[in-house]
Amino acid sequence: MKLHSWGRYPVSTSKIQKAQSAIALQKSLDVVTEGSAIARGMGRSYGDSALAKEVICTEAVDHFYAFDEETGQLRCAAGITLSSILHTFMPKGWFLPVLPGTRFVTVGGAIASDIHGKNHHIDGSFCQHVNALSLLLPNGEVLQCSHSENSELFRATCAGMGLTGVVLDATLSLRKIQSSAITQKTLRAKNLEEVFAQFAENHNATYSVAWLDCLAQEQQLGRSLLYLGEHAQDGKFKAQGSRAINVPFATPSQLLNRYSIKLFNSAYYNKPTNTTHASKLEAFNYFFPLDSITHWNRLYGRRGFLQYQCVIPDASALEGMRKILATVSAAGKGSFLSVLKKLGPENQNLLSFPLQGYTLAMDFKVEKSIFALLDELDHIVADHGGRLYLAKDARMSEAMFKRFYPRWEEMQALREKIGANKVFNSLQSQRLGL
Amino acid sequence: MKTVLIIGANSAIAKATARLYAEEQCQLYLLGRDTAALAEQKADLEIRGATSVDFAPLDATHFAVHEAVIDQALDNLGHIDIVLICHGSLPDQALCETDFDAAAEAFKVNALSVISLLGVLAQKMQEQNNGCIAVLTSVAGDRGRQSNYVYGAAKGMVSLYLQGLRGRLFPFNVNVVDIKPGFVDTPMTSHIKKGALWASPEQIAHCIIKGIDKKKYTVYAPYFWRYIMQIVCSIPESIFKRLKF
Repeated sequence: MKLHSWGRYPVSTSKIQKAQSAIALQKSLDVVTEGSAIARGMGRSYGDSALAKEVICTEAVDHFYAFDEETGQLRCAAGITLSSILHTFMPKGWFLPVLPGTRFVTVGGAIASDIHGKNHHIDGSFCQHVNALSLLLPNGEVLQCSHSENSELFRATCAGMGLTGVVLDATLSLRKIQSSAITQKTLRAKNLEEVFAQFAENHNATYSVAWLDCLAQEQQLGRSLLYLGEHAQDGKFKAQGSRAINVPFATPSQLLNRYSIKLFNSAYYNKPTNTTHASKLEAFNYFFPLDSITHWNRLYGRRGFLQYQCVIPDASALEGMRKILATVSAAGKGSFLSVLKKLGPENQNLLSFPLQGYTLAMDFKVEKSIFALLDELDHIVADHGGRLYLAKDARMSEAMFKRFYPRWEEMQALREKIGANKVFNSLQSQRLGL
Repeated sequence: MKTVLIIGANSAIAKATARLYAEEQCQLYLLGRDTAALAEQKADLEIRGATSVDFAPLDATHFAVHEAVIDQALDNLGHIDIVLICHGSLPDQALCETDFDAAAEAFKVNALSVISLLGVLAQKMQEQNNGCIAVLTSVAGDRGRQSNYVYGAAKGMVSLYLQGLRGRLFPFNVNVVDIKPGFVDTPMTSHIKKGALWASPEQIAHCIIKGIDKKKYTVYAPYFWRYIMQIVCSIPESIFKRLKF
């Protein structure tokens, strides 16, 4: 069957195995024959990390196993989505410690990508709140992994892109909140220097993220709107956002061109915004604005799009980001969804993306000329000591990957030790020489 | 607090419906073949908000145990507000055409077992003098199509049975709801290629709960199948017999 992930590029021909129960999932390796299998949840990674000849879908294995009302420890199956967790637990005053830009990802996928959120500078990434997980090994054995038990495997599986096995279930720490609302403050920044200064000034804000106009040039290069958020304290709990609208089919990609995007970005930056007073909005609308447009990925046309997300360490971040934005805006490519965010310290997981610095994410529709531009950006990122996010990647080269992730050799050694290199290989891992 | 008995509780539609009832803090009793899966559901539904969840094994084709199993469920729940019958299987039409045993088995699973259970349940619901019986049939039961008429006939048999039962139980304040899903993406249909008309078990679950709440008689799930089936049923037989679908 034809299969693609959120970016709709690339498209693979895959045999899909949909496990219907935890027991079926545990036996899923019995029928894997080709030596190229990968677990897949909601398919919300952008590129080819959840594509392989054989795909094991975990989405239907979505049970809660146990919840401790005292400590907030939740044990659940890997196929459950963050959306279901919030739906059940927000009304009871519990919240996920880390949320990405969409709630439609599974716990297994969140672990495999070690996702980060708008509070990374304070709370770190998703796996830093995972206390334990059960992993289905290539030989069919199930192993409990945590910081104290099989810790080497735990650190390889967290951010491991599914390359060590299939995560069956996990124990997470939920966090108490006083309200489901978020108090948001918006700051306007004239250019990149100013938004960097604002991020630094507001490093105590629980949540922070900036929308950035990647087509602005010269004095206005990197002009942004910075959104700061805090949990409200009003004691009301609601687990829903605005009603979603749907994009029913892939729209002609010509609609997104440098002129339409420039126009949108300019209007968005200049939209009337109260920058002096805080406003209150529902958590779902603060964290997941794009979830209110179902299938927004179809806006980039039939050929799909690439999301380019890089991080550059603090010391060279300003210089690096300036070069990246100048290159993008000179090329006239870019999107209305460029996001800038300050990240906190790196963790111990072998292939984890975040490191202390700034991350920038931009969408580009797939067209011939885009690949050379992104290769050029790769060099800028590498020269400034940064890296790309594997969950978004569909095209980086093996050489670049190995520069970005110097611990890849440890990962490879571990994969060989447990025999994962003979069973778990995604199109991405094959491209990256893992 | 409502009490809900679910038969065939491991089916995808039953699972999705049980979750919605759990959120309404109902008391649930689950019957199904795979008790390990039922145990897993129990923990899940209790976390989602169910007041209590119990379960017992039931192979619906063992007609002899039906009465005892329903008695046990009634003992546990005290009173049945809603019973939902969800079990079923999609037979291989081509096989059924050449192998009567396969066809007979399809009728046993999809029709006779349901009718046997309904016989026992109707009696109990009549005695308690209120409640709701909801049964999953199918749009396939509205008209026999050459590609799927064994399944269609079995489901259609249940639909006709329910019409009569509705009349019988009307004086006893018991509503009978016939739920007719269209194409649903479940394990039962995992081998079929999916198109635009396919619905998720969660969508069907919402239709079921709404239909039961509003005391409907026949619920097409999703709603647009009512119109599709009106068109299908209005095609003259002289043309219909030539259609391969």
